[in-house]
Amino acid sequence: MIPDLVEVIGLSLGVSGVAIVISMALGVPAGIFLGLNRFPGRQLLVTLVNTGMGLPPVVVGLAVFLLLARSGPLGGLDLLYTPSAMIVAQVVIAWPLVVGVTLAAVQGLDERLRLQILSLGASRWQLYWKLVQEARLSLVAALAAGFGSIISEVGAVMMVGGNIKGQTRVMTTAIVLETRQGNFRLAVALGVVLLLVALGINWLFTRVQQRGRA
Amino acid sequence: MSLLALERVAVEGGGRVILDVEHLKVQPGELLAVVGPTGAGKSTLLRVAHLLERPARGRVQWQGEPVVWPAPLETRRRIAMAFQDPLLFTGTVAENVGYGLEVRGANRAAVRARVVELLELLGVGHLAARRAATLSGGEARRASLARALAAGPELLLLDEPLASLDAPVRERLRGDLVAIVRGQRLTCVWVTHDQEEAFAVADRIVVLEAGRVAQSGTPEDVFFRPATPFVAGFVGAGNVLPGRVEGSDDGLVTVDLGGLRLEAVSKLQEGASVVVCIRPEEITLGRDGGPEHHSARNRMNGTVVAVVTRGATTRVEVECGVRLQALVTRRSAAELGLETGVPVWLSVKATAVHLIPGQEEAC
Repeated sequence: MIPDLVEVIGLSLGVSGVAIVISMALGVPAGIFLGLNRFPGRQLLVTLVNTGMGLPPVVVGLAVFLLLARSGPLGGLDLLYTPSAMIVAQVVIAWPLVVGVTLAAVQGLDERLRLQILSLGASRWQLYWKLVQEARLSLVAALAAGFGSIISEVGAVMMVGGNIKGQTRVMTTAIVLETRQGNFRLAVALGVVLLLVALGINWLFTRVQQRGRA
Repeated sequence: MSLLALERVAVEGGGRVILDVEHLKVQPGELLAVVGPTGAGKSTLLRVAHLLERPARGRVQWQGEPVVWPAPLETRRRIAMAFQDPLLFTGTVAENVGYGLEVRGANRAAVRARVVELLELLGVGHLAARRAATLSGGEARRASLARALAAGPELLLLDEPLASLDAPVRERLRGDLVAIVRGQRLTCVWVTHDQEEAFAVADRIVVLEAGRVAQSGTPEDVFFRPATPFVAGFVGAGNVLPGRVEGSDDGLVTVDLGGLRLEAVSKLQEGASVVVCIRPEEITLGRDGGPEHHSARNRMNGTVVAVVTRGATTRVEVECGVRLQALVTRRSAAELGLETGVPVWLSVKATAVHLIPGQEEAC
């Protein structure tokens, strides 16, 4: 039982960890770009991002399922019911959150800060990096929000992962399974572990955030 | 050759022209003050001068060469700007001051040495390790100026560098800043809405009005010979009145102000519309005897209609056919017993009456 539990926790952290790293890597630049630039269609993109922040995970799961199903456009990749499919689904859930929070963070910075950074001789990339540094407290919030949304998510990973023991079973899908089978003590125990993991990770994020404020 | 030149430069925004500069040159080594009220286009001018904003029209030249937009990073790095708000980054003062050198790839030892040098120069060497967020307003401003100077810019742009500081802090920082600019032979564009500050620091002054250069000249030119009624009002001419030249005789003209005639030194022709500018401190005011005892060409009697004392000076408004403002010391006002209704005499030299031609309707 314990080795199974460790495996489930490990897979949960692994899938959600990789998903949040990808979401941050893709989402932070996109948020900065949307926050700093004005162009035709930007308003539409911002609206789509805001809508994406509230996407129902089960709808994301369905969309990714249809995409990765054997008959789907990416069926040839044979990713369905693998951790990779779960990562794809979690990226789709977390990415808009990261973009949205980053966008808000960049827009929340003093507009003259951009001019000040450029006036000190920064190139465009040095400007972006400095803005990331100045907005890092908010970016930690983006990280926490994104990770929190996917580590506790069940609908999408169930649909595209299939909850296969030893392969795609994560804490949330294990809780659902044990509850359905009447193993309430185990389900509750898994729930407590999930809460503790979430608490621990958020404690870490908060520490980083508060140290940045000092 | 000028360091920076703007030719027929216009910047538009929100459907209106924000900046429309026919010609403006910044000469190497000069301290050019740009003054104007809020919304005159001063900050926009700085952004263009920093090559951060491409004008809608016109040409910007750097050291005689036309700037190609977007301006090359190497050219932009020869200019630095310090804003009114220090806008210090998160981190220590030293990290802030060293930023400009870091982005240029300077090694750590060189950055550290330069940071120490600049902070000492600005008198805040002891603050190097402090978090920037903990600095007072004056300290933050000094750190921000050290940061702008750190990379050794050829052109230093200062956007209201002394605004919203307490008077003693402002005075000290002004003295230090001018000493640094002069000592390092920096070329500097100093933007301010405070005309007194501009006159105190500048080699040359540009007055902006609604995005246009209303006047450009030495502080003496702008102060004593304002080119437009707007400039006259902005530099505190005090008495800015419409008039018409009635007679002209050998470099001396008589101007009718519609209730008062004044003589002024001018070569304007009879019938010319003018705006008459007299600085309040150029008017002598007395009670005993009469203006006939005074040597000035313009002498008149009047009655005090308002007295406003501010600090060491008292502004006295006198009705003498037109209303004129005179400035006297607080002590003089008390000794003369100046108060509303008191009869007084006034005198003003013909050389102190400045005429702006062809501007009657602008008044």
